[in-house]
Amino acid sequence: MSERERIQKQRTERAAETTEEVSVDATKGDQLKADLDDLLDEIDEVLEENAEEFVRNYVQKGGE
Amino acid sequence: MVARSSTWVRVSISNSSAIAKVLGIETEYGIAGGPDYDPITSSSIIVNAYAQQGRTRINWDFDGETPDMDARGRVDLTSFAPVVETHLANTVLTNGARLYVDHAHPEYSSPECRTPLEATLYDVAGEEIMRRALGIANDSLDVHQAITLYKNNSDGKGNSYGTHENYLVRRDLDFAYLIRAMVPHFVSRQIVVGAGKVGAETEAAIEKSPPFQLSQRAEFFEEVVGLETTLKRPIINTRDEPHSDAERFRRLHVIIGDANMSQVATFVKLGSTALLLAALEESGPESFPAMPRSPVHAVRAFAMDLSLRETVVCDDERSRSAWDFQNELWHVAHSYVERTGGEVVGGAEEVATILQQWRELLDGVRDDRDAVADRVDWVAKLRVVEGFQRRYELGPHDAKLRAIDLQYHDLRASHSLAQRVGLRVICPEVEVREAVHNPPPSTRAYFRGQCVARYPEQIVAANWDSVVFDLGEGPLQRVPMLDPLRGTHALTSELLETSATASELLAALDR
Repeated sequence: MSERERIQKQRTERAAETTEEVSVDATKGDQLKADLDDLLDEIDEVLEENAEEFVRNYVQKGGE
Repeated sequence: MVARSSTWVRVSISNSSAIAKVLGIETEYGIAGGPDYDPITSSSIIVNAYAQQGRTRINWDFDGETPDMDARGRVDLTSFAPVVETHLANTVLTNGARLYVDHAHPEYSSPECRTPLEATLYDVAGEEIMRRALGIANDSLDVHQAITLYKNNSDGKGNSYGTHENYLVRRDLDFAYLIRAMVPHFVSRQIVVGAGKVGAETEAAIEKSPPFQLSQRAEFFEEVVGLETTLKRPIINTRDEPHSDAERFRRLHVIIGDANMSQVATFVKLGSTALLLAALEESGPESFPAMPRSPVHAVRAFAMDLSLRETVVCDDERSRSAWDFQNELWHVAHSYVERTGGEVVGGAEEVATILQQWRELLDGVRDDRDAVADRVDWVAKLRVVEGFQRRYELGPHDAKLRAIDLQYHDLRASHSLAQRVGLRVICPEVEVREAVHNPPPSTRAYFRGQCVARYPEQIVAANWDSVVFDLGEGPLQRVPMLDPLRGTHALTSELLETSATASELLAALDR
């Protein structure tokens, strides 16, 4: 299990433990937000560092 | 399957029934890097890298690429010599697909498939083939020359390249009916199958300065009907190249789709379109929603409307949103399946899944987008874009957001954002690996792919509707395959199994 998966699992378990204290909707919303935060962290790690140059250099000829 | 066989039985077509929706997708991949940054050179390197790792290179045969050719197969097999293209890399794969350089892009044209799920599998196999080609190519290049590939449709600077779907339809279906029935679908389906795009890149769209659009392709469409694919792109393309018996078949060439990273989106795109075409063949266009009065305005306006509430006026004076169109079209497809079972599109279970997924995506994009972020590309992409905007307080046109858009489509596992957003997988890896090498069993692609795998040294060229053999002596021999539903595993596997050589195969076909 990777570090990320382990963290994800812990978060999931933590979220599960708190379900009794909050309403179902709030839990679902929190979970979605936590998932999105994890996803954004992960994408931050692989996203091209120099976005400006990366985007500028991507030039295609038309096709079809 | 083989026109010269005396026992060849034609599939009969009754007057008002739909025909099997043989289908497939061709995708031009975006390409960057490579020696000299020349996209044509880089594309050739990609195609050759993959072709040369196989046992042989079999060229594409350009005969039959012209719509005026006698497509009925009533020709002497030796009456015309195949023309072999040698300038740009162009090859036929053992899975029945074509891999080649088109303009300045590597392109994968999937084999002809029998159902939307199968065509989705072969589209995903195409991604895997490109990924493998990329790996082989980059192993032989310096690090600073490394090539990257993107399964997308535009560079954000006004240059677009295509993802085209093909569907087999009856030749006797009035083309005006096709326009009337399918334009509403092609302008509105982007709300469920659009791949999403940050910003705009054509003059008219830039003026409106949208932060995000549902579709990569929508803003590039300028006409309702036409023959062009590169300029003045039409919503309905009229290219009439059936690659089959032109008396019976038409190949509807759909150029308005986005390249999807979501497998479910590809499946729903193909499934919904195939069901609607079948419904049209069966009972005409009356039950379809009316055409928007200005289809070009509709497709562009819908792309920029993230609320999905904007409406356009239709020929019946009613106003409809993209969602309204899709909802009505879903009911057309649903009622067609209730009446007929829909077996010309796929088995009962598959057809039910098409309707169910289409419905879920449609309701999800309106009522609960988080619930469909695992299946709708534009929703998945927008979620990340908006997340980054909030986290780093970025303006709507920040380069970081455009980078996310681009990198969503990166084929490399190390960089792909699509592989990280949790998209639902419907094509198991083991099936994808099989589909990289083996053809689908239920169309003529089976015979093509098997011939390429079994007799590579004796095949000089192949194309959609024939395979050309060179037995070493005598003239080249062309085996025509004018019916996409012949040449299947059921019809030819025994023949192929018992023919150890190409000579034996041709002799058996002559009997």
